[in-house]
Amino acid sequence: MTISYYLVLAAILFTIGAVGVLVRRNAIVVFMCVELMLNSVNLTLVTFARATGTVDGQIMAFFVMVVAAAEVVVGLAIIMSIYRTRRSASVDDANLLKY
Amino acid sequence: MSDFPWLLLMIALPAVGAAVVAALPRGRSLLAKQVALGVSLAVLLLAVLATLAFDPDGDRFQLTTSVSWIPDFGADFALGVDGIALVMLLLIGVLVPLVVGASWHEADTGPRPPRVFFAWLLLLEAMMVGVFAAVDVLLFYVFFEAMLVPMYFLIGSFGGPRRQYAAVKFFLYSLVGGLIMLAAVIGLYVVSTSQLGEGTFAFDALRQLDIDPDVQKLLFLGFFVAFAIKAPLVPFHTWLPDSGAEAPIGGAVLLVGVLDKVGTFGFLRYCLPLFPDASRFFAPFVLVLAVAGILYAALLAMGQSDMKRLVSYTSISHFGFIALGIFAFTTEAGTGAVLYMVNHGIATGLLFLVVGMLIARGGSREIGDYGGVARHAPKLAGAFLVAGLASLALPGTNSFVSEFLVLIGSFPERPVFTVVATAGIILAALYILLMYQRTMHGPPRGVLLADAGPEAPQEAQQAHGATATLTAPTRTLRVTDLSRRELAVVAPLVALIIGLGVYPQPLLDLIEPAVSATLSDVGTDTGGTDR
Amino acid sequence: MGTVPAEGLLAASWLLIALPLAGAAVLLLGGRRTDRWGHLLGTATVVAAFVLAVACTVQLAGTDGRSADVELFTFISAGDLDVTAGLLYDPLSAVFALLITGVGSLIHVYSIGYMAHDPARRRFFAYLNLFVAAMLLLVLGNSYVALYVGWEGVGLASYLLIAFWYTRPAAATAAKKAFIMNRVGDVGLAIAIFIMFAQLGTTSYAGVHGTVGTLAGGTITAIGLLLLLGACGKSGQFPLQAWLPDAMEGPTPVSALIHAATMVTAGVYLIARSAPIYDLTPTARAVVLAVGALTLLVGAIAGCAYDDIKKVLAYSTVSQIGYMFLAVGLGPAGYVAGLAHLLAHGFFKAGLFLGAGSVMHAMDDSVDMRRFGGLWRKLPVTFATFGLGYLALIGFPFLSGYFTKDAIIEAALDRDDVWGWVLGGVAVLGAGLTAFYMTRLMLMTFFGRARWEDGLHPHESPTVMTAPMVVLAVGSVFSGALLVSVVPLSGWLEPVFGEPEEAAHVVAPALVGLVVTVVMLLGVLAAWLFVGRREVPVTAPVRVSPVTRAARNALYADAVNESLFMRPGQWLTRALVWFDNRGVDGAVNGLAAGLGGSSSRLGRAQTGFVRTYALGMLGGAVMVAGALLAVTAG
Repeated sequence: MTISYYLVLAAILFTIGAVGVLVRRNAIVVFMCVELMLNSVNLTLVTFARATGTVDGQIMAFFVMVVAAAEVVVGLAIIMSIYRTRRSASVDDANLLKY
Repeated sequence: MSDFPWLLLMIALPAVGAAVVAALPRGRSLLAKQVALGVSLAVLLLAVLATLAFDPDGDRFQLTTSVSWIPDFGADFALGVDGIALVMLLLIGVLVPLVVGASWHEADTGPRPPRVFFAWLLLLEAMMVGVFAAVDVLLFYVFFEAMLVPMYFLIGSFGGPRRQYAAVKFFLYSLVGGLIMLAAVIGLYVVSTSQLGEGTFAFDALRQLDIDPDVQKLLFLGFFVAFAIKAPLVPFHTWLPDSGAEAPIGGAVLLVGVLDKVGTFGFLRYCLPLFPDASRFFAPFVLVLAVAGILYAALLAMGQSDMKRLVSYTSISHFGFIALGIFAFTTEAGTGAVLYMVNHGIATGLLFLVVGMLIARGGSREIGDYGGVARHAPKLAGAFLVAGLASLALPGTNSFVSEFLVLIGSFPERPVFTVVATAGIILAALYILLMYQRTMHGPPRGVLLADAGPEAPQEAQQAHGATATLTAPTRTLRVTDLSRRELAVVAPLVALIIGLGVYPQPLLDLIEPAVSATLSDVGTDTGGTDR
Repeated sequence: MGTVPAEGLLAASWLLIALPLAGAAVLLLGGRRTDRWGHLLGTATVVAAFVLAVACTVQLAGTDGRSADVELFTFISAGDLDVTAGLLYDPLSAVFALLITGVGSLIHVYSIGYMAHDPARRRFFAYLNLFVAAMLLLVLGNSYVALYVGWEGVGLASYLLIAFWYTRPAAATAAKKAFIMNRVGDVGLAIAIFIMFAQLGTTSYAGVHGTVGTLAGGTITAIGLLLLLGACGKSGQFPLQAWLPDAMEGPTPVSALIHAATMVTAGVYLIARSAPIYDLTPTARAVVLAVGALTLLVGAIAGCAYDDIKKVLAYSTVSQIGYMFLAVGLGPAGYVAGLAHLLAHGFFKAGLFLGAGSVMHAMDDSVDMRRFGGLWRKLPVTFATFGLGYLALIGFPFLSGYFTKDAIIEAALDRDDVWGWVLGGVAVLGAGLTAFYMTRLMLMTFFGRARWEDGLHPHESPTVMTAPMVVLAVGSVFSGALLVSVVPLSGWLEPVFGEPEEAAHVVAPALVGLVVTVVMLLGVLAAWLFVGRREVPVTAPVRVSPVTRAARNALYADAVNESLFMRPGQWLTRALVWFDNRGVDGAVNGLAAGLGGSSSRLGRAQTGFVRTYALGMLGGAVMVAGALLAVTAG
């Protein structure tokens, strides 16, 4: 079995996610792109676990899913509150976090 | 008796005292002051008893106490004193109660309650005792840095108008030096690991190491920079005039009287015995800094208009003498340098206290705001004069003995440096007498006229003339003579100045064996003269 | 020399110092409680010291070798340095001890009257006692260190006493000037002591003088010159003479005791005491001679021009000490002559100053001789005693100055070379100038028309003041003959300076005496022609010759000091203060400001745009990945 297909797919997904984070302004979209990147990493982890015949990568993937789930909850809450206060979901409008 | 943990007690007592004072309820300022005075007097008593238990001709380090501290690093909470450290502990013991007495009312009007002031003061005393009593290099380093904290708050919370600037400057300067020293301490530990197989911070073990000369030079510089900043040697000195001027008077006394001596003490205790080759290599450079500092700071002192800055600059000049004595590598000069450390603490301590009393009366630090004070406050003027004469090392005062020993001991080894340094005593006379004349002599000026009506300048003009009749002043003046409390603070120092000026031998007997032992570590000629 | 441990009274000679010191301590610490009897205690301690000094000297005369050593305690002992606090009572120190306590007692008595109306009289006596103690330590100490301690001690007492009326800025400044100029000399003395310790390992007289011969000639010369620098500072000799006339700002008894009779002669004592060193270095000795001769003339010339009675006497002191330096610079032939002149000078100059004080007392503290005149009628006792002192000073035949000054001139001529003639000539010329300025002083003060300020009623001083003046006048008359002929000082000082040489008498003594007397009379005549014949103007004439102007400015000594040292020093101080604040501290603060500035500039990179941060992260990750690839591939 060749793992190249899986890795290439993961790389493509990661790149789509990274570009999305960099170019999109809508916070929800940026957030989804982050999720996309996390899942591409999950794919890679599972692929390598399968290839080496160990379960370490699969365990790690579960960790990532759990963390991602928690992150979704917190992240969406923050986005919601920002949207309520500023009437906008654009990440460029929330630039308070500076010097 | 020698097993009694004198030194541990001398650290613990003021530390506990500081906690007690800090924990007192808000309204009990008087009790806080009394506790502080009692604790500091108890430390003085301990210091005197420890001195009696000390045998000058016995082992190098005595009254030792050692508790395992961080076994993984080979670091112990090890305390012990030689003659050099012991006289410094005596100095601390004498100065702190006097500082408490002198600061009795000073913190009353500040933004923070007085008990905070006295708590920091006691904590500072504990740290200072620790830094002189440590015989473990890591422990020394910890005390060296911890000492900054109480002093930072004393300056920053209770100081003059520019106290924030001065406190931060003091802290950063010291911290830079301390961090460089930390690197050298770690380097020393690494060397000890490679040579002894097991790393250690114990001073006595480190002293036995045979370090490669090039490594010695690097480690020497690490320690030297820290001590040169603390001492301070020119050109690392610019923090002292600011700190000395802005610190509350009690803080200033301890700052230049004791805290800065850690620098010169460090030269003697750490730089010389641990890095003998490097010390000999760098000695000429240090001497250049020392002698240049004597003259440079003396000239600067003459140019100051702020009394506290002036006194700070005189201290920088005096530290040049101490460094000269240490790096001349003769027993006479080294003994003189250590005695100078004690005497300078007493003399400059008194000078700072008296200047502080004058400032408390006039409300100004400017020399130009005073004049003719001697007529209204003869006791104050007398104490000022004694302190000034001690500062210019007049025979009969304690400083003469030490300055004379430093110079006569350095001369056989370093005649040129000594001759140049000797010229400094002319400048010393100039800056002290200029300040004394402008503030104490002459017709009333500045604050003495502040209460008077418009006719005051005319009266000054009359006094300017030839008649010397000392008629009673016709108006009330703010400058009053010393109160009983102030007299009680000043009198012991005056007595010490004259007593140690006439009969310094007891202290010399304590110091000399320790200095000879140090110099034999360096491996230089300890005989002084090359006959 | 056969110094023996002291026994009997001599073992208690430390009391000589302790008594006045205790007096000073009681008066200073006792405060106002001692106001009523403080002056009596102060006087009593000095009189007691005088009695003790006489007793000690009598005992010394009967001791073998006439030299007694009193060991007191270890002062400083560290390494090889071992300084014992000890006293050496030998003929030389005995002579000085007698002079100090004797003249000191008289001046203390005088001061009771002179300072009677001063509210700070107690403080005055405390300082005077302190001075006597320090001066006795100076002359009795048995090592150069003890001498140094006394040396600076008298400097302190002198400072305190000159600044006694410290509300006057002139007094405060003069005191500071005196102390600083003395310190310049003290540095020389200190370095000389350092050389002694470095080369010989000791600082005691016995040790240094015993082994000084083993040193190289250059070293000995260096020691000699440095000691001379110290002596010049203390004794107001060229080039450090400028402080002495200013020191007249102090009360007049101070001028009499410190700045005429005792302290300023300490330099002569130092050189006489160091005779074994100077015997080995003709170079240093020649410099002593030059300093003495030059100062003798400078002092005498400046003395001719001043109108301030005390300043004239001060310059006269400068000039007379020049004579003494000249004498001790001549070597064995001159030591005794110099010391005899010193003692005689102690009497007549102290008497003259006390007389001047009495005149000032009568004239409401005025010192301007142009406002005196005709006082002999009002102040008969003062006039008589002052007149005797005057005659003694100008060397009127058979008064003390005649004997002692002639002895110096003879000793100079006995060198029997060109320099002997030059020095002798200078000394004779000085005698003429002395006669001129002193006669001028006498004429302006006591003779002529009364030029007093309105409303002044001069009156004779009380007995407590005149009695010491009478005693000193008697001393002025007889001391010279006594010391040179009746009880020869040379015999008494033999244990110190050795057997007196038979004088060569290149010029017959009688002829010298005659020449000096003639020159002196010429000086008196000149003074009468210039001053006595005419009315003295009340204000000093403005249009005068350059010579007079130079003399009025003391040959520009102050101007030279100011332009060479004071101005450049002030300029240097200002420049250094600027450099320290802007340069050194500026560099440190600049570093701190630079750090702070760059941190805030870096902070601006934090834009707050999340996507910028994300791009940064991506870039960083790409760089790390690239670096890893490069490492593994390459």
